[in-house]
Amino acid sequence: MRFNPNTDADRRAMLDAVGVKDVADLFHDIPAEHRFPALELPPPLTEMEVIREIQALAEENVNLDQFACFLGAGAYRHFTPSVVDMVISRNEFYTAYTPYQPEISQGTLQATFEYQSMAAALTGMDVANASHYDGATAVAEAVIMAINVHRLKRKKIVISPTVHPMYRQVTRTYTQGMGLNIVGDVSDGQNDFRALLGLCDNETAAVVVQNPDFLGQLHTPNEMQDLANAVHEHGALLVVATDPIALGLFTPPGHYGADIVTAEAQSLGNGLNFGGPYLGLFAFRNNLVRRSSGRLVGETVDAEGERGYVLTLSTREQHIRRAKATSNICTNQALNALAAAAYLAAMGKQGLRKVAELCWHKAHYAADRIGQLEGYEIVAEKPFFKEFVVRCPRPVAEINAFLLDEYGIIGGYDLSQDYPHLGDAMLICVTEMNTREEIDDLVEALAEVNQPGVPLELEVGS
Amino acid sequence: MSEPFIYELGEPGRHGVDVPDVDVPETPIPAEFVREELPLPELSEADVVRHYVHLSQKNYAVDVGFYPLGSCTMKYNPKVNERMARLPGFVNLHPLQDPATVQGAMQLMYELQAMLAEIAGFDAVTLQPSAGAHGELTGVLIMRKAQIARGQGHRTKILVPDSAHGTNPATTTMSGLRVVELPSDKNGNVDLEALKRELDDDLVGLMITNPSTLGLFEQHIVEICELVHQAGGLVYGDGANLNAIMGIVRPGDLGIDVMHFNLHKTFSTPHGGGGPGSGPVGVTAELAPFLPGPIVDVDENGEYIWKWPEQSIGRVRSFHGNFGVIVRAYTYIRMHGAEGLRRVSEDAVLNANYMQARLQARGDYPIPYGHRTCMHEFVAQGKISGAAGVHALDVAKRLIDYGFHPPTMYFPLIVHEALMIEPTETESKETLDAFIEALTRIAEEARTDPDLLHTAPHLAPVRRLDEVRAARRPILTRTPPAHRATK
Ligand SMILES: Cc1ncc(COP(=O)(O)O)c(C=O)c1O
Repeated sequence: MRFNPNTDADRRAMLDAVGVKDVADLFHDIPAEHRFPALELPPPLTEMEVIREIQALAEENVNLDQFACFLGAGAYRHFTPSVVDMVISRNEFYTAYTPYQPEISQGTLQATFEYQSMAAALTGMDVANASHYDGATAVAEAVIMAINVHRLKRKKIVISPTVHPMYRQVTRTYTQGMGLNIVGDVSDGQNDFRALLGLCDNETAAVVVQNPDFLGQLHTPNEMQDLANAVHEHGALLVVATDPIALGLFTPPGHYGADIVTAEAQSLGNGLNFGGPYLGLFAFRNNLVRRSSGRLVGETVDAEGERGYVLTLSTREQHIRRAKATSNICTNQALNALAAAAYLAAMGKQGLRKVAELCWHKAHYAADRIGQLEGYEIVAEKPFFKEFVVRCPRPVAEINAFLLDEYGIIGGYDLSQDYPHLGDAMLICVTEMNTREEIDDLVEALAEVNQPGVPLELEVGS
Repeated sequence: MSEPFIYELGEPGRHGVDVPDVDVPETPIPAEFVREELPLPELSEADVVRHYVHLSQKNYAVDVGFYPLGSCTMKYNPKVNERMARLPGFVNLHPLQDPATVQGAMQLMYELQAMLAEIAGFDAVTLQPSAGAHGELTGVLIMRKAQIARGQGHRTKILVPDSAHGTNPATTTMSGLRVVELPSDKNGNVDLEALKRELDDDLVGLMITNPSTLGLFEQHIVEICELVHQAGGLVYGDGANLNAIMGIVRPGDLGIDVMHFNLHKTFSTPHGGGGPGSGPVGVTAELAPFLPGPIVDVDENGEYIWKWPEQSIGRVRSFHGNFGVIVRAYTYIRMHGAEGLRRVSEDAVLNANYMQARLQARGDYPIPYGHRTCMHEFVAQGKISGAAGVHALDVAKRLIDYGFHPPTMYFPLIVHEALMIEPTETESKETLDAFIEALTRIAEEARTDPDLLHTAPHLAPVRRLDEVRAARRPILTRTPPAHRATK
C-alpha cells in the first residue's frame, strides 16, 4: 500500500525480530470473540478514483464563487490574499504538531507569538492566547475563566440577547454541570446594555456582550466604557465578543474597559469551509494571565543568550494541572491562527482599515437602497457596521428561496427563529466581496419579490 | 540566525495587499467610533513571504522526518487530502446555506458519520467536536445527562486511571463532576480491586484509554465494562489510540458506551502545528438522543437534513464541526477501505513491536512493560545504566542532533523518565533501524561524555531555551507600548 512502506520481506524480518509467526499473533490480548471484525466499508479507491468521487460531491454544492452572498451571522466571506494559503501550505508548518520541543519548533512558536502580539494590538488588550476552537467556545471559555477568577464563589453570568445565539447556546452547553445562573438573554432581544446592568450584582462573575452585536449594531465607546465601569463596580468582569475586521476601523474593546475579548476570527484569512476550522480569538488583561485558558507562547533566550520562544505558563494547563486545569483544551486551532497572522501581516495597518471601510460603505449603501423599497424597513436604533436588520413584507424563507432561484443570490440570515419579536426579519451582511452590481441586483430582487403576483409556490427550505 | 520579530520588519506606508476603491456612494463614519491608531505591521507582500518561509525553516515536521511523538500518531499526511479539502465546492460554502444547496457536503458528513460508527462499533456519531478534548467534554456531558435521564442525577464520580492523559481529569472537572484516580497494576492494566472499591451509587462512569497510554491493550476490558455497567455507570473510551485497532477490534463491541475519535491522529489529517483537529464522538443507541445537535440525517426522500437529537446536551461549538478536517479524513478512509485500515493498524503495531524488541535486545533503556506485546506505541525510560546524571530530557534533546523528533517525554506520569515512542505505520524499517541506532549511540555518549547530552541540541536553530525565565517574567506579546490597554 502506498502509504505503508514496508514490503513483505520487511514485515517478515520484523516479525522474526519480534519472535512471532504472524501479525495476528500480536493481537492475542484482544478477546478472541471480538477479534478481527469484518468492517463494512466502501471498497478502497485509488487517488484518481477518490478525486473523481469527491469532486462530484463538491460540485453538488452551490458555492459562493458562483453566487452572490449576503449571509453572515457569524461566518463571513472576506477576501483572503494568496500569500495566506502559501504560508499555511508550507509543509514545515502544517505537518508539525504542538511545539513541545522548542529547539526545533521556533517557526511555529515565533509565528504564534506574533499572532498573540497582533491579536492583542488589534483588540487593544495586553495578552492574547494561541487560540480556542472558534468564536462560540471562546465565549464559553471566557465565562468559565470569569468563574475561576472569582474562585467559584460567584455563579451568575449576565449575557446580552444580542450575543450570537450559538455563542449563548455553547456557553450553556459547556457550563451545564457547573450550576451557573445565566440570565439576561431571555427578554425580547432588547438592545440596550443598560438593561443588563439591572441584573448585575455582587453575585455576578461576568457580563457578556457583543460589539458590533449579532444584529450588526455598534455601541459607542462611551456607552461601552460606562458599562465597563458599572460592571467593575460590582467586581464582575466584562467580556466583549467582537468582529476582528471591525477593529480595523473602530475603537477596540481594550480601550473601553473590557477584561476579556473574544472573537470569531475566521474572517482573518480563513475560508468559510462550511463552518470550520475557524479561529477563536481570546485576549485578556495582564492581571488575568494565571487564570487564563489555552496555550501561551512566551519570549525567552537560549543558552547562548539568543532570543527564542517557548510554550509557557503551562501550569495552568491540563497536562500539568490535570483536574485543576483552567480548561481541558489541548489541540487548538494553530494553523488558523497562523493564517490570521499572515493575513494581518499582509493587510497591515492600511489594508485592514480599508477593508473595514469598504464593508461600512457598501453595507450602508445596501441598507439605504433597501430602506427605500416599499414594504421593507431597516431596523436600526444605532449605527451598524457590515450587517443590518431588514423587516420584510414576507417570510424570510420565501424571500430567500426566490432570491436563490430567480437571481442566484444567497440571501440574509432568517432571524425568525432566534428573535421572533422582530417579525419577518432578515440579517443582511455586506462585505468588501460584494460588488455594487450584486447589491443592485439584491435590491431589484427584493423589490420584485414584493410585487403582487409573484408566485408563492416556491419550494421553501427544502 | 534569528529572524526579526514581525514588527521589526517593514517601513511605515508599506502594505502587502491592494484593496479596491469604494464603488458606492460613501456614508460618513461617525468619528466617535473610530480608533486612533491601528498598530499592525507594514510589510510588502514579498516581506511577508520571506518572513514566513524563514520561520518555516526553523520547524521540524512529519514532511521533514521521523516524528515518533507517542500518543499523537504523527503519520504521513497524504497530499490528496489537502487537494480535496481545497475544492471550491467545499471551501466556499457558508455553514448557514439552505441545506438544499449543500447536499454534497452533507452527504460526505453523513457517510463519514456512518463509516466511523462502523469502524468503532457505535450506533450514532456527531462530527461537531473540534478536537479530542472537545470530544471528551461532549462525551462526559452526554454521560452526565444520561444519568440524569435515568433518574441518577445525584451521581458525581468519574473514575480515571492514573495513566490517563491530562485532558481526561480536566474534562471531568469542566463537566461539573469529580475525578477519582485509579491505580494501574504491574502489568499496566487497571487495578481491578481498586476499581471494585469505587463501584458505588455515586458512579457516573469510567474514562478509559484502550489501548492505554502505556501502549497496552487492557486485558480485562470486557470485565471492566461489565462491572461498571452493573454499578449503573457508563464507560467512556478515549479513542486517541484507535490507530492500533482498526479492523482488529471495535470498542463498541467491548462494552464502551461513548468514545471520541481523533481525525488528526488516526485518520491522517495534518496536525497544523497544534491544530486544527477534529474529535467526533460515537455512542450506543441508548446515548444517541443526547448527542449535540445538529447532526446529519437523511429523510424519506433521500435528502440530507439537519437533525436535533431529542435530549441533546446542546451544541458544543458554532456550526457543524471542522469540516475541512472532516473532508481529509473522509478521503483517507475512502482510499483505504476495510482491508486497508486493518493493514494500517497491523503495520502500526508491528512497527512498534519491532522497535520495542530491538531496543529491549540492546538493553540500554529500560522498558517497564516490555514483557508484554505492545500495541502501536510503547514506553521506554530515559534511564541509562552507567549514566546516572542523564535524563529522558537529555536523550530527547540529543535525538534532535541525529535528525529525529524526540518521543513524547515524561508522559504517562506513572512511568519515571518516560519516553513514549509511536512510530506509526507510515515509517519504513530503515527509518526505525536508524532511530534505534541513534538511541544506542546516545546511550554510549551518555556514559562517555554526558555533557554532550546535557548541552544538546547542538545542531538545532537555537540552543536549549530558558523556560524558567519565560514563566517567571512572562513576555507574551510585543507591540509598541503606546498601544497597550488603558486601565
Ligand atoms: C490519550 C490522549 N487523550 C486525549 C488527548 C487530547 O486530544 P486533543 O489534543 O485532540 O484535544 C490526547 C492528545 O494528545 C491524548 O494523547
